Amino acid sequence: MTNRFRTASGGRIDRAAPLSFRFDGQTYSGFAGDTLASALIANGVHLIGRSFKYHRPRGFLSAGSDEPNALVNVARDAARAAPNLRATQVELHEGLKAQSQNRWPSLSFDAGAVNDLASPFLPSGFYYKTFMWPAGAWKRFYEPKIRAMAGLGVAPELPDPDRYTQNHAHCDVLVVGAGPAGLAAALAAAESGAKVILCDEQAELGGSLLSEISATIEGQKATDWLAATLANLAGRDNVTLLPRTTAFGYFPHNLIALAERVTDHLATPGTALPRERLWQVRAREVVIAAGALERPLVFPDNDRPGVLLADSARTYANRYGAKVGERAVIFTACDAGYRAALDLKAAGVTISAIADLRAEVSGELPARALAAGIDVRPSTVLVGAKGRLRVSSAQLAKVKNGAVGPTETIACDSVLMSGGFTPSVHLFSQSRGKLVWDGAAGAYLPGTSVERERSAGACRGVHGLQRVLEDGYAQGEAAAKASRDHASPARGATPAPATPSRAFAANAEDLGSAGFIGATPHGRNPALAKAFVDWQNDVTSKDILLATREGMRSIEHVKRYTTTGMATDQGKTSNMNTLGIVSEALDTPVPKIGLTTFRPPFTPTTFGIFAGAARGDVFDPLRKTAIHDWAAEHGAAFEDVGNWKRAHYFPRAGEGGRMEDMHAAVARECKAVRASVGMFDASTLGKIEIVGPDAAEFMNRMYTNAWAKLEPGRLRYGVMLREDGFVMDDGVVGRMAADRFHVTTTTGGAPRVLAHMEDYLQTEWPDLDVWLTSTTEQWSVIAVQGPKAREVIAPLIEGIDLSKEAFPHMCVREGTILGVPTRLFSVSFTGELGFEINVPSTYGRAVWEAVYAAGERFGITPYGTETMHVLRAEKGYIIVGQETDGTATPDDANLGWAVGKAKKDFVGKRSLARDAMSAPDRRQLVGLKTTDPKVVLEEGAQIVADPSAPVPVPMLGFVTSSYHSAVLGRSIALAMVKGGRARIGQKLMVPMPTHAIEVEVVEPVFYDPKGERLNG
Amino acid sequence: MVESPSMTLPLAPARPLTALAAASRDVAAARLVALGDAARLVFRGREAAIGPAGEAFGVALPRESCRFNAAGGRFAFWLGPDEWLLLAPGAEAAPIFAAIEAATSGLPHSLVDVSARSVGIEIAGERAAFVLNQGNPLDLSLDAFPVGMCTRTVFHKAEIVLVRHAPDVFHIDVWRSFAPYVWELLEDARRELA
Repeated sequence: MTNRFRTASGGRIDRAAPLSFRFDGQTYSGFAGDTLASALIANGVHLIGRSFKYHRPRGFLSAGSDEPNALVNVARDAARAAPNLRATQVELHEGLKAQSQNRWPSLSFDAGAVNDLASPFLPSGFYYKTFMWPAGAWKRFYEPKIRAMAGLGVAPELPDPDRYTQNHAHCDVLVVGAGPAGLAAALAAAESGAKVILCDEQAELGGSLLSEISATIEGQKATDWLAATLANLAGRDNVTLLPRTTAFGYFPHNLIALAERVTDHLATPGTALPRERLWQVRAREVVIAAGALERPLVFPDNDRPGVLLADSARTYANRYGAKVGERAVIFTACDAGYRAALDLKAAGVTISAIADLRAEVSGELPARALAAGIDVRPSTVLVGAKGRLRVSSAQLAKVKNGAVGPTETIACDSVLMSGGFTPSVHLFSQSRGKLVWDGAAGAYLPGTSVERERSAGACRGVHGLQRVLEDGYAQGEAAAKASRDHASPARGATPAPATPSRAFAANAEDLGSAGFIGATPHGRNPALAKAFVDWQNDVTSKDILLATREGMRSIEHVKRYTTTGMATDQGKTSNMNTLGIVSEALDTPVPKIGLTTFRPPFTPTTFGIFAGAARGDVFDPLRKTAIHDWAAEHGAAFEDVGNWKRAHYFPRAGEGGRMEDMHAAVARECKAVRASVGMFDASTLGKIEIVGPDAAEFMNRMYTNAWAKLEPGRLRYGVMLREDGFVMDDGVVGRMAADRFHVTTTTGGAPRVLAHMEDYLQTEWPDLDVWLTSTTEQWSVIAVQGPKAREVIAPLIEGIDLSKEAFPHMCVREGTILGVPTRLFSVSFTGELGFEINVPSTYGRAVWEAVYAAGERFGITPYGTETMHVLRAEKGYIIVGQETDGTATPDDANLGWAVGKAKKDFVGKRSLARDAMSAPDRRQLVGLKTTDPKVVLEEGAQIVADPSAPVPVPMLGFVTSSYHSAVLGRSIALAMVKGGRARIGQKLMVPMPTHAIEVEVVEPVFYDPKGERLNG
Repeated sequence: MVESPSMTLPLAPARPLTALAAASRDVAAARLVALGDAARLVFRGREAAIGPAGEAFGVALPRESCRFNAAGGRFAFWLGPDEWLLLAPGAEAAPIFAAIEAATSGLPHSLVDVSARSVGIEIAGERAAFVLNQGNPLDLSLDAFPVGMCTRTVFHKAEIVLVRHAPDVFHIDVWRSFAPYVWELLEDARRELA
């Protein structure tokens, strides 16, 4: 294909660098510097997509990020596929592959276009009124079908292989937008020494200057001034220039989110660079120089392919050397139509006519158009356009006193329209700044600021190149000064100084603020004419009028009822025209109707950029103990406990070489511990060192137990309550010295317990001389449990008398194990003789291996958390968070013995005194034995007296822990049952979906009830 | 005591970053080094104990927030109004612990040996701050984070202590189980650097 619509010369494309690309399977050529849109236009392609609802053929409307129609899928491969990209922002690279969307079977013949014929049955809000029968069909049938029909692109199903990074940055002045205002602002701020970041969503910095062919600044061509200014800025250490970077979100305290597209424009991106980078910029001051967006005119058939915004057509010609057609009709409400006409005519496009909505046409640009021989028609509107896949003619009519006269048809292959320019206040609105209606400008403009920002140039209604440059410079200078002075947040509008601090000699056409909002008159049957307001969501002026007839008065209601402005373009081209139509229909001034809120993101943003590096194994910290690798090497299966990986069980090859399942492995591990000895990595237990003269007093206040009399060298099981009297955490505590406690917590509770303690210490008892230090990761903890535990560790320990008499159950001693200092606990969570060896975690693995070697002659068996759970359940030891659920008192959990009744106070004591806390029908911890010993109950199952009782069946409680006990040869379970202790001996039922299981309520200690095995 | 064969073997220390550091790519703009063992002590206490503790350690405990003092290869990092991290690279903790305890006897304080709790990482080079800023939200310009500054902060979802030793040299102290997570994300952030 040739570039038939390419100008002979000019533009910013590199004609020496031709590129080949594919669109919908067909190969085209373009040049470096093209966008996908400009390259297709240069090839004469305007049909780019199908509309959202009616599947109408659509072409390019604009040349920028406001484009509502030209959404394409760009794919490097099946995984690297990005749907819904605006073709106007897709930079061309060699081999680029793009596809149109929302059409079947093809773009030029789309079966879904039947919706267009059915449009009388699909008015706005149709889904609120129809598809109501049969009940239930909406979810199963209608909604999926409608969603499939009303489509945007399809997300790829493969994992995204690209990398995304995130970067935090700080600056004095962030300038958003690198058009003339932004450039001048950045220049002013940079010259004053401020640290400046200048970002722009486009590939090239320059904004509207990139489309200038005749304007001059400081005696230079505008594009030469641009090049010199960018070189000036780039040469400064205090300036960061960020092209291809969209400021998409304005968050509190001047945190601005920027999305930088790093590699999408490269033919071969490589693997070193991220695809996109999120910049989280904390700026002292922000200058918003977002420019203005050209407004379409709302006339019938204004969505035909080949109908474009006039200034966009000018950009395609001037910047990209791409002509939108050969014969253009222009429909305008301001001088932008004339400026486009003159530039396009210079590029070789025939201008068949300019229809001007205005009656009075005067000024320099219309005069030049007339002088150039262009057919200029005041008081004229377009009332329609023909051509399904590409516009072929426009129908013009005179308007006289509001009446539309006879139509005249003019053949053309493009229609250019301009309703004036809407200041881009999106970012200002996101900053929660208050917009004010400016009647003279016919626009909402930034009013009261909330954040430390100021707008500059066209986005605050300033027009004319010279004034825009001077405003930009003044705002940049003011922002830099405010950043130095740490001035209080700017309040109220920030008018530019009366005399700009720097004058710019600029020569360019000033388009003024003229324009039109609303729908232009057409005199056609309103039921049949489709004049589009919102291209992306297929909303017509008729839909807006229907909404007002059905009683919608607020713009927020009109928006939601019609979906106008709710597409991914956020109504960039549609909001003001909607307001104009509603204003006229309700005969209410625009500011009384309001304006919908602009929300982030400014343009659609990838999920990848939000995820950043947080994916896969680094999605969250994955914590491993010092012994983890040994467990992995010995075949452990792991489970997640909070962020920790814990060995769950250690399957071995069983009979016939088959690996044990969890049940078999756990049965073997349990028997080994009961019969001989096992070892367990308990390093994840939370540990807190509580030190200071008031340590014992602090312990007394935090725990239910009494601590004052606990001698150094002794351990005690401690229970901690919340203020409401319910069990919060438990753990074994060692008194190392009069003023030093080694506290352990549950694995998951460690940070919560430390925060709870710090909270009380800092806010309630700052007078106590005691300090808390987390030592969770200081110590590896190796539990050696079983009748042979003492014999296993004895040869390794020095400096501790391990004899039964000198080192009974629940003691702590300091010594060394193979030369490594240890805090050795005689403690058991299995009911067997047991020790917990605490060693600095640097030596955790080495000591573990030494213990394993020393235990080999006893068949020492490493076991995981599942066996730990079974062994403790056999003994009726609770796990906080499994037996307790935040509503259990110590007494409920059989821990009443751990409450120091004589203590004056402790956290939760007053709550325990409430009557309800000792009611006899509270749920209490009991054991359950199924009548059939082979049946293992489901944890969480409900317990009832009579499953055949009328619904709702009274619930007595639930199963909290349930296992098969290999040692007992039967199932066991723990449960919380109403008045449970009084029910011991009773039969209750556990109803399941198919049948009910009979259980007997028993004491919760199933094994060695007298605890004789603890002492070995 | 019964002699066991394993007793004759010296116990090998194991550090969480050994394998990752060995596989690491050298990037001049942001070099990564897993720092060696060090004595680490957390000192907390009332006013009277602060001076003697610093004297016994050999480094005066800084009273300015988020600053550290260094002397004789030892460092005292201010982490809170009554909290310091004392770091002595390559040293044993026990004698330091004993010396400080002796000097502060009877003065309300807490001294805890946390030598094995964390590990050190050095990141150095002209892009070190850029790499850190991919997971840390602080302003790491020299004005805002000068040489001599230290603070408890975050790197992605891990808590770290961040220290600036020179304009281009930062140290991270991170709890042992979080160290591989931090290291891998530092590596990820360095990928685009030559």
